[in-house]
Parts: sequence; structure tokens; C-alpha cells
Amino acid sequence: MNEQQHLETLSDIKRIMERSSRFISLSGLSGVWAGLTGLAGAAVAFTQMSDYYIAWDTRGSYSDADYAALRYNLITLGAIVLAVAVAGGYYFTRRRARRNNVPIWDATSRKVLVNFGIPLVAGGCFILGLMFNNFVTLIAPSCLVFYGLALVNASKYTLSDIRYLGLAEIALGILNIFFLRRGLYFWTLGFGVLHIVYGLVMWWKYERPAKEQ
Amino acid sequence: MNPIGNLNKLFDSRIRLGVMSILMVNGEISFNDLKQMLELTDGNLASHLNTLEENGYIKVHKGFVGRKTNTTYSITKSGEKAFKGHLTALENMIKSTR
Repeated sequence: MNEQQHLETLSDIKRIMERSSRFISLSGLSGVWAGLTGLAGAAVAFTQMSDYYIAWDTRGSYSDADYAALRYNLITLGAIVLAVAVAGGYYFTRRRARRNNVPIWDATSRKVLVNFGIPLVAGGCFILGLMFNNFVTLIAPSCLVFYGLALVNASKYTLSDIRYLGLAEIALGILNIFFLRRGLYFWTLGFGVLHIVYGLVMWWKYERPAKEQ
Repeated sequence: MNPIGNLNKLFDSRIRLGVMSILMVNGEISFNDLKQMLELTDGNLASHLNTLEENGYIKVHKGFVGRKTNTTYSITKSGEKAFKGHLTALENMIKSTR
């Protein structure tokens, strides 16, 4: 064995350790897709909310029925946006995994999902509790904080850069607590803009050169 | 001292070295996951795992998921030591030739 072979062995070991402990097929385009979906969702939510306030102003008083309808519409919208974002995100990541010739469902992706899921499910239950108690203004900041924590937690098992996205989401959520009733703007920034920026950076950093080869 | 003497003979095999690399960074891992990561056949992987177990470098845990057997593997203290020693030996050899 010569020096070159030893170097190759060491880099093989490093690559195997990396590949067996981290899910690296997560595509930047998944982030961009989630961000665009988030922006579109925010635009629809914005019109729904402004329609609601216009109706309030013309009527001159608060209406229980209108509020219930708005609430229903926003929750439905949220569910649709989430489904579209996740489906598109899955599509781009699966595409990247296929190109890299690695399975999308293996020990590493399972670890990512479990560790991402724990803070997320906890947050989901917490937010259901907020809705139950009608603390609606706290929903947006809580979503951002828990989502950020989930990202930080999952970052140990996937691209470590995702940690910074997580920290940014947490910071936005905490800032939102001090600007309650501005939740939609923080959401747009956190789920829309940050995802797009992060996705583009990731794509540029990891996927762009691979495409040329 | 002969630097090659520090290289562990057991790790001459790429597959055994691969198994050890995976176990170093994963607490416990199943036979199927190992097979998938290293792209090996059942028999091939099993024989290398046996060698590593006989030398006390890895521990085998046999369990069940439902009715299916689920065998998992983890690294032992002496396995960790041997692997680290092997890495150091490799690094030293690269350094000494420079």
C-alpha cells in the first residue's frame, strides 16, 4: 500500500461515515418550492383577511359568523399550503436521491423524520391547545419557534446548514411575540422568504456543479 | 518501529473497514441497513460481520420486530480502540512519507 491508497482509504472512511449518518439528498429546490407555496398561501390569506376587515368596516360591527368563516378558511388554506409544500418538497428530494443513486427511505432519512417530527408534533399539540383556548395571536409565533426547533434538531442528521435556517425561524418567532397581530408578515418572511433564500443557497452550494457533470 | 505493524490486519478488507466506519457514527444499526449502505449480498456481509464479532470488535443483538427477526449491531469499546488505532496508523504513514 502506498500513500495514495492510504489517502483514498481515509477519504472512503470519511465518505461512508458521512453517508451513513446523514441524509444528504435533501434538495434545495424543495426549499424553494416550499417558500413559493408559502408566499402564494400568504397572498391568499392576506386577501381573505382584508375582505374580512372590509366587511367589518362596512357593517360597522363584529360578526361571529364572519369570524368563524374566516377561521375555517384560513385553517383550510393552511392545510392545503402544507400539503402542496410537502408534496413538492418530497418530489424534488426524491429526484435528487435518484440522481445520486441512493435510496430515499433508509436509516438516515428515518432519523431525519423522527428527529424533525418530535418538536413538530409537540408544537402541533401546543398550537391546537392555543386554538382551543382562543389564543389566536400566539399561533404564528409558536409555529415559527417550533418549526425552527424541529429544523435545528433534524440538522444533526442531514445537511448541517439547515441549522441556520432553524435558528433564523426561531429568531423570527421570538420577534413575532413582541409584534403580535403581525403574524402573517412574520409567516411570509419565515415560511416564504427564508425557505426560498435557503433553498437557493443550498442548490447553489451542493446541486449546481453536479448538474454540469 | 515498523509503521506497517500498526495497521490492523482485520481492516485490510474494505468491507470490514466500511462496517466499522458506519458503526463508529451510528449507535446501533440493523443488518438490512448495513447491507443497503454497503451494497452487499447477505452472505458476503454476514461472513465479515462474523469475523468482526469473533474478534470482539462488534456486538450482535438479536431481536424481533413482530415475527421477523431483527438483528442489530453496535461497536464495542475494543472495536472503537482498534478502529481509531488503525486510522492513526494510516495518518502517520501518510505524514511520514511527506
